[in-house]
Amino acid sequence: MPQLTYLEAIREGLRVEMRRDPRVFILGEDIGVYGGAFKITEGFLDEFGPWRVIDAPLAETANVGAGIGAAVMGMRPVIEMQFADFVTDAFTQVVNMAAKYHWRTRMPLPLVLRMPYGGDVKGGPFHSQCMEAWFAHTPGLKVVVPAFAEDAKGLLLAAIRDPNPVLYFEHKHLYRLRREEVPAGEYVTPIGRARLVQEGAALSVISYGWMLHKCLDAAELAAADGIAADVLDLRTLAPLDREAVLGSVRKTGKALVVHEATRTGGVGGEIASLIAEEAFDSLDGPVVRLASEDAPVPHNPGLEAAFQPTVGEIAGAIRRLAAY
Amino acid sequence: MAKSTRLSNDRPSPRDGRAAGVPPDRQLEMLYYMRLQRAVEDRGVKLYYQGRIPGAYFTGWGHEAIVVGAAAALGPDDLLAPMHRDLAAYIMRGISVGEVFAQFLDREGGPTRGRDGNVHMGDPRRGILPFISHMAASVPVAAGMALACRQRGEPRAVLTYFGDGATSTGAWHEGVNFAAVFRLPLVLVLENNQYAYSTPLDHQTAARAFVDKAAGYGIPGVAVDGNDVLAVYDAVAEAVARARSGGGPTLIECRTLRVRGHSEADKFSYVPKALLDEWAARDPLASFERRLRTSGVLTDENDEAMRARVAQEVEDGLAWAETSPDPDPRTVADGVYAPD
Repeated sequence: MPQLTYLEAIREGLRVEMRRDPRVFILGEDIGVYGGAFKITEGFLDEFGPWRVIDAPLAETANVGAGIGAAVMGMRPVIEMQFADFVTDAFTQVVNMAAKYHWRTRMPLPLVLRMPYGGDVKGGPFHSQCMEAWFAHTPGLKVVVPAFAEDAKGLLLAAIRDPNPVLYFEHKHLYRLRREEVPAGEYVTPIGRARLVQEGAALSVISYGWMLHKCLDAAELAAADGIAADVLDLRTLAPLDREAVLGSVRKTGKALVVHEATRTGGVGGEIASLIAEEAFDSLDGPVVRLASEDAPVPHNPGLEAAFQPTVGEIAGAIRRLAAY
Repeated sequence: MAKSTRLSNDRPSPRDGRAAGVPPDRQLEMLYYMRLQRAVEDRGVKLYYQGRIPGAYFTGWGHEAIVVGAAAALGPDDLLAPMHRDLAAYIMRGISVGEVFAQFLDREGGPTRGRDGNVHMGDPRRGILPFISHMAASVPVAAGMALACRQRGEPRAVLTYFGDGATSTGAWHEGVNFAAVFRLPLVLVLENNQYAYSTPLDHQTAARAFVDKAAGYGIPGVAVDGNDVLAVYDAVAEAVARARSGGGPTLIECRTLRVRGHSEADKFSYVPKALLDEWAARDPLASFERRLRTSGVLTDENDEAMRARVAQEVEDGLAWAETSPDPDPRTVADGVYAPD
């Protein structure tokens, strides 16, 4: 099986699907000649030509709107936000035009927004945000957040083939972190299904994206103390795999939810509520959340480290909760 | 600041001569749809004041020549992204009068099946993008529809209507610029009705005329008398032909006055009486009727038959809509997502 980075897996997924389906095209700023700010689409212009690899004007409303219009016509657009943060300029198109389209018309809207997101890239407050909760809160949108290269490819294929608007959050810090085995050719990672990455009986650690990797490191530290944790990678935030969350918590009786997005109104609150409502009888302790501080993402590395949950903090929370 | 009265349409449209080449039956058809829009809206106003239309109610009184002249210039494969004063265009593109009334009454038989109200409708199956309340949000989407036509090499045009207020939004600018950059087959029909709700032209733009903005995007622009259906038809037909042949977008500024409120909740006391009187004298239906009488296209006989047909269609449509049920409350959360 080929060893690919998370970034290469995204590139491979795009290429596989563009070769397979002539309706698929990509549109975004600097994605053509330059190959994209992160070089994901390097070489695509030569292979697919300027009407399938569209170097767009600096205009998020136009670019997302054009993607919606093309999807209305039966195309399969993939729109790259250069940084997920810039989607704010296209907010109306995403939450009003795209999200409500099927509900109003009963017609599909197969649109993918590629959202390079997240911190630990020295990006500061406008290049590092985790804005997935805004969209998970909007009926009509699907929200996926791959943590591994294999899922990055499989979820991208699933997103492109989905008849709904899908926000595909790809974490910039994971792009070149390491190489992982990624199956060649076509395969789909189903949207809406979490994955139990590691099994243990002491507690459930529930996370996604970059923090999932920190949780795995923290779980390893805790395992040295004899604490074996379930580590659940949500992979999709909307629709949420409620059964996977509840199944793990009913087994372990304890839950720790970790995310990089800021705490208040975040996805973690939703998961904690779900557990409280549906699995209260199984709980042997409080549902604990670890999230970033309620502040904009800071630029200074020391400040950013203080802002985000660290491996040490997660390991500490695991130990405290296990001892509860 | 003084309310704007600087808009003038006193110069004749240079396109009048060529528009006279539209065959008589097509001219009568345009008059028919103009009358139908007004008759449906007239009935809708009555329903609104009877309390039978929930929420707000909007009309396109004074806009009929723009709506019909532009939509009549489209071919069967062309596409439409209308807004809220374009009722006849929905009907001309295939939404029935009955469906329109069912939409107004929030019934299951309306295009949005009670999910959305009043003129917030459309039907992509019939090539009509449903618009949303956010003015000009449809413009970049219409550009994307035109992009798909261009990508697939289909010689189709996409026409979008919008008002003077919409031109102030970023969405409008971005959509027009996007279409211009890629020379997409988009026809931009500006219904300059001089007021966005209560906001007059001089609070909407400092430009001398909206049509001047076309030059800034590198696209052709043309201004026409928005109360002259044949002038609108002619300008749009030329733009549609340019779009289909790869010549890119055209901005067409159609000048009129909105002669009722923004919605029926608005008594439009902010419009100067003299301005209303001036434009009332140029009512697009009455002036087209006079013209068709003069040219002999409209006779006592076909006029009466047309009026009867319009009245019948309104009555039949409303009767059909009233038989349409309310949506089943148990379906409230259905259809948020398209099934895999």
